[in-house]
Amino acid sequence: MTTLETRQTEFVNNDKKPVGYGRMLRKEDPRLIRGQGNFVDDVQLPGMLHMAILRSPVAHAKITSIDTSAAAALPGVVAVVTGADLAAQGLAWMPTLSNDVQAVLATDKVRFQGQEVAFAVAESRYIARDAIELIDVDYEILAPVIDSRRALDADAPVIRDDLKDKTNNHCFDWETGDAAATQAVFDRADVVVKQEIVYPRVHPAPMETCGAVAKVDPVDGQLTLWCTSQAPHAHRTVYALVAGLPEHKIRIIAPDIGGGFGNKVPIYPGYVCAIVAALVTGKPVKWMEDRSENLVSTGFARDYIMQGEIAATKEGKILAVRTHVLADHGAFNGTAAPIKYPAGFFGVFTGSYDLEAAYCSMTAVYTNKAPGGVAYACSFRITEAVYLVERMVDCLAYELMMDPAELRLKNFIKPEQFPYTTKTGWVYDSGEYERAMRLSMKIAGYDELRKEQVEKRARGELMGIGVAFFTEAVGAGPRKDMDILGLGMADGCELRVHPTGKAVVRLSVKSQGQGHETTFAQIVSEELGIPPQDIMVLEGDTDNTPFGLGTYGSRSTPVSGAAAALVSRKVRDKAQIIASGMLEVSVADLEWEKGSFHVKGDASKSVTIQEIAFKAYGAGDLPEGIEGGLEAQICYNPSNLTYPFGAYICVVDIDPGTAQVKVRRFIAVDDCGTRINEMIIEGQVHGGLTDGIGMALMEMIAFDEDGNCLSSSLMDYLIPTALECPDWETGSTVTPSPHHPIGAKGIGESATVGSPPAIVNAVVDALKPFGIRHADMPLTPSRVWETMQGRHVPSV
Amino acid sequence: MQVSINVNGKQVHEEIEDRMLLVHFLRDQLLLRGTHWGCDTSNCGTCVVWLDGEPVKSCTVLTAMADGHEVRTVEGLEQDGKLDPVQQGFMECHGLQCGFCTPGMMMTARALLDRNPDPSESEIREAISGQICRCTGYATIVRSIRWAAVHEASSEGATL
Repeated sequence: MTTLETRQTEFVNNDKKPVGYGRMLRKEDPRLIRGQGNFVDDVQLPGMLHMAILRSPVAHAKITSIDTSAAAALPGVVAVVTGADLAAQGLAWMPTLSNDVQAVLATDKVRFQGQEVAFAVAESRYIARDAIELIDVDYEILAPVIDSRRALDADAPVIRDDLKDKTNNHCFDWETGDAAATQAVFDRADVVVKQEIVYPRVHPAPMETCGAVAKVDPVDGQLTLWCTSQAPHAHRTVYALVAGLPEHKIRIIAPDIGGGFGNKVPIYPGYVCAIVAALVTGKPVKWMEDRSENLVSTGFARDYIMQGEIAATKEGKILAVRTHVLADHGAFNGTAAPIKYPAGFFGVFTGSYDLEAAYCSMTAVYTNKAPGGVAYACSFRITEAVYLVERMVDCLAYELMMDPAELRLKNFIKPEQFPYTTKTGWVYDSGEYERAMRLSMKIAGYDELRKEQVEKRARGELMGIGVAFFTEAVGAGPRKDMDILGLGMADGCELRVHPTGKAVVRLSVKSQGQGHETTFAQIVSEELGIPPQDIMVLEGDTDNTPFGLGTYGSRSTPVSGAAAALVSRKVRDKAQIIASGMLEVSVADLEWEKGSFHVKGDASKSVTIQEIAFKAYGAGDLPEGIEGGLEAQICYNPSNLTYPFGAYICVVDIDPGTAQVKVRRFIAVDDCGTRINEMIIEGQVHGGLTDGIGMALMEMIAFDEDGNCLSSSLMDYLIPTALECPDWETGSTVTPSPHHPIGAKGIGESATVGSPPAIVNAVVDALKPFGIRHADMPLTPSRVWETMQGRHVPSV
Repeated sequence: MQVSINVNGKQVHEEIEDRMLLVHFLRDQLLLRGTHWGCDTSNCGTCVVWLDGEPVKSCTVLTAMADGHEVRTVEGLEQDGKLDPVQQGFMECHGLQCGFCTPGMMMTARALLDRNPDPSESEIREAISGQICRCTGYATIVRSIRWAAVHEASSEGATL
């Protein structure tokens, strides 16, 4: 055992050492707090070269010529590659995760600022950067399409002329729900409220940017790609399909990942370029994008303009919700979404309410902006859906002059209505919404806050209380309905218990900070009674883990967590048969107590899982028909999604002189079903709440009319710091998922989904004295100030 | 050019390119990869190290500027096989998730506690306000640093 492992065991072996679920310190921390993590940029190989990418400075232009001679002549430069070079190999275009295509390097024209045009490979990072400065590209500037509202104008320039017979910028249409039934309900409703709601383009901006190290074995052609990937197995298959590389000769290693939030789901041109660079040079090649490249070219999120409508009785019974969405998908449809769900799971826009009807139509368009769409902890567009419905409910409360918490309580789906089929066809598995709402109100001291607000308003102070309630649909998904590029969304898991009772569990998912090494050890531990310290969790290496679609959409615990529990039970079943032989009783006469089997009625006759493991590999016969060894594998196909929910309350104060919004308190009550590690759950919630502050108050990827990205550095794209965040207040209820083997529902994105409407609702509530019913994000001081002056501030 | 820098108590003499940034010198030349790189514009603070006892953002410091000076990195926090209380605090209070911003956060925290052994929550928030964490929402980082302060005061921190 190495010194480091010894220390880790000692440290984790503290006074709180659960066998199974409970608060436990993380197994990944001992290396990370010593600076001994292994991130992609930490990978150094002998003879490794460095790659840098030249990107388009303009949003829309024809490439008339590229001269690479000066770059190629620079000492230290090994190769310079353009789109034409790739085209000669049939590699200039690649499929996106939405069955569109995307240019690896531009050949005909550039379609967004920051698009990949050429790359240089050199002996050092610095020389590679010098080299791309020397590449001379001539552009013939074309008019760009920046405003998605103008994308379908008859005179709009056609962005995707690479697609056969494409004469406009239409990307796709999609609808869900019953238009006629919804119209009928709207026709007879007492109250109809309409509101345009914009969810601006934002960016996940993980602290570690995207990158890769590619190595090709010159003898057998084996490709190893260390890569910032949340979905290494899916990536491997896509590379095999695209580049014609044999899949068994591709090994993807996603080492420690410095945050993902969906940003590391897609396959980016840079990864493909790194592979090409390694093939061309015969040397390992590293590519790490810089922060600007990350912000201008990789997967953005949101960018929905939503026309919201809500219908209700005058007493406040919500009858129907309807929306038309204009979706900006950028220059290529790079959304990672199941084929049947081009708008992700936006269909859950009916929220947590018992409605009579609902309908959504959507038009998606191409613009001269970066591709992406599903990212930033959005749970496949549920952030947009929840934001829409929670803003609309508040708009209704405003019109009815009702308390927003009371209005929600009046309309929740009731516990006895579960499983509840929504008007758009989603089957919510379980929920106790009122309980969560009441707990949140209790922690907040809701009534006292409203009293305080009345007093403050009387003094001219601007205090707002925002309420939001969300239901998520996570854990995609049943493979009959859900896939990524035709790959079913089921996930494998393998478990081996070694002779001495220590275990290794191998997973298809990939942590980007969520603590899988701890959580999954605890799941196996709960099922087998082996201490979590004795269980190693392996993931992120396609050669050493079973196939599965990876970590996004809060799917790790709902899908792979189920797989880990079920594979453990499979091992336990085998262990029971071996135990029956050891104790010389029938299998039916054995009882399981966490970690051991004993004879029913005689606890003194027992064998531990460790003893059984040794027997499984040991000398002597096993019961008839039982193979040696104690291991199992499964592939888990979820029967349904899981539906976490939560009740959030936000309290803000706005400085009337500067319009600065201060989040004073934030109360988050989450129900993610069975809770595996309280500490990790709380951390996941805190992180998502901070995303909410970012999106609601400061983050936006903005463009000027020429398509220049105005948010290309962290000086312009503002992310919350410790000063903008309150000391989060969290609470929980537990409504286990009835169909999930351990009742867990997933928590990774709940707070990112639920917090933006709570914060915006609070700001709008604070601005009520100005007669404000809605204001679009981000609610920066200047935008709030303009809103207070009664001026409309469009956010895109 | 030649530089001579005391890094984590050890004098190193290295030949460098004049323009080399300190973050790249530490990571690529000395192979001290605990210091991370995250922006370019000194906004994110993943690259924070100490230069003569003061936290600096090593992505905007030239290695040449450190010539003849002392640099301390995350690898220098653990002393004689004993973790710094700040490192323990981050583990105990879940002050990290992906771990990418963590080395920089801990270097700033160590510097704060050296000059203010009993910082308030708002003093801690102010101290780390030049650094971004995308995972934790900061509350657990604040708790981690408080944990270190409390355990240093009671000297329990030295036992683990």
